[in-house]
Amino acid sequence: MRLATPAKANPAKTEQIILFRVSGQLFAISSASVQEVRSADSMSGGATEISAPGLRKVRHVLRRGDRSLFIVNGAMHFGLHVTEGAQLFVLRKTRTALLIDGIEKMTTMSRLQALPLSFCHEERQWYRGLTALDQTVVPVVHPEGFLSPEELALLDAALLQADKTASEDLEGTNAAQ
Amino acid sequence: MTVSTELELQSFVLLRLAERRFAVSANQIAELVAPSRVFRFPHRTPKLEGVILRRGRIVPVCDVSEMLLGKRLTSRRFYLIAVRNYGAQREWVAVPVTGECELIKAEMMAAVESDAPHVAGWLSHDGDVIEVLNLDAITPGPEHVRAEAAARQRPEARP
Repeated sequence: MRLATPAKANPAKTEQIILFRVSGQLFAISSASVQEVRSADSMSGGATEISAPGLRKVRHVLRRGDRSLFIVNGAMHFGLHVTEGAQLFVLRKTRTALLIDGIEKMTTMSRLQALPLSFCHEERQWYRGLTALDQTVVPVVHPEGFLSPEELALLDAALLQADKTASEDLEGTNAAQ
Repeated sequence: MTVSTELELQSFVLLRLAERRFAVSANQIAELVAPSRVFRFPHRTPKLEGVILRRGRIVPVCDVSEMLLGKRLTSRRFYLIAVRNYGAQREWVAVPVTGECELIKAEMMAAVESDAPHVAGWLSHDGDVIEVLNLDAITPGPEHVRAEAAARQRPEARP
C-alpha cells in the first residue's frame, strides 16, 4: 500500500529588509531593492546641482556614464523635518538615490500587511505596506515611489536645460579665449 | 398583532464624544478596546492618526471628533473598532471615543435627503434624539479621493 506523500510544511516566506531612519522616523526597505549604500560625503564631488520647478526634494543629480541618478531628500519627500542626510541608498532598477539619516539594522520580515484602505492619498505610492516588528509597526517603502513619472519628466527637462546652459557657457568661454 | 411587534428593533452601540452621543449599528462593531500605542508614520490622509496593533492586525485610527463636533478631542477612553466597507472589501477602523459605550435596541428612522452625508438615520433613546453614523462617510477611503478629484475638475461657476 502506498501512502500519500505527506504535504510539506510551507515555510513562511520571509524577506530581508533594511531598517533606516529619516528625520528620526523608522522605515523599512527590501534589501534586494538597495543596490549600493554610500556615505553622503562621498557623493559631494560627483553630484551636480539641479533645480526643477516645484520639486524641492531633488537638489542634486549623480551622473554615472549615460545614466543620471536623482538624489531624493527622504525628509522632504515624506514631509518631515529636514535633516542633512548622512547616507545614500542607490535604489535598484530606479533612477533614485535616497538620502537618509542612517541605517538602523538589517532584519527579516515574515509578513507584509497591505496599507489599510483608509490611507488613500500619496502614501499609497510611497509604501508597499506595513510590517509589525518587535511590537512596533514600520512602513515598508516602495523603491519606485520616490519619483513619479511626472516628476522624472520634470527632472529630465531640468537636466537638459542645465546641460544646454553649461555647453553655452563653455562655448562662450572658448570664444572669449 | 400588537404595535410593538411591528417595530423593527435593531441593535446599536451608543458612543460618546465629549458631551454628545452618537450611535453606530451594532453589526458594524468588531470590539471596544482600551487605548493602546498609536504608531505614527508619514502620510497625507487627513483624519488618520496612525495605526494600532490589535490581534496581529494593523488597524488605522481615525479621529472623527473634528468632523462631528467641530473640534479635536485629545482625551480618549476607548477605541471602538468598527468595520468599514470599501466596495466589496471590509476592513477594521479604530474610532477614538471619550466615554463608556452602551448597547441598546431601538428603532431607526432613515435619514432624509437634507441630512448630512454622515447621518445614516436617527433614533430616540432616553429622551435624546441621536444621530446614527454612516461610518463610510466619516472615515477616509478611495471614494473620497475620487469625489475630491471630480470636484476639482468641475468647471467653476461663472457669474
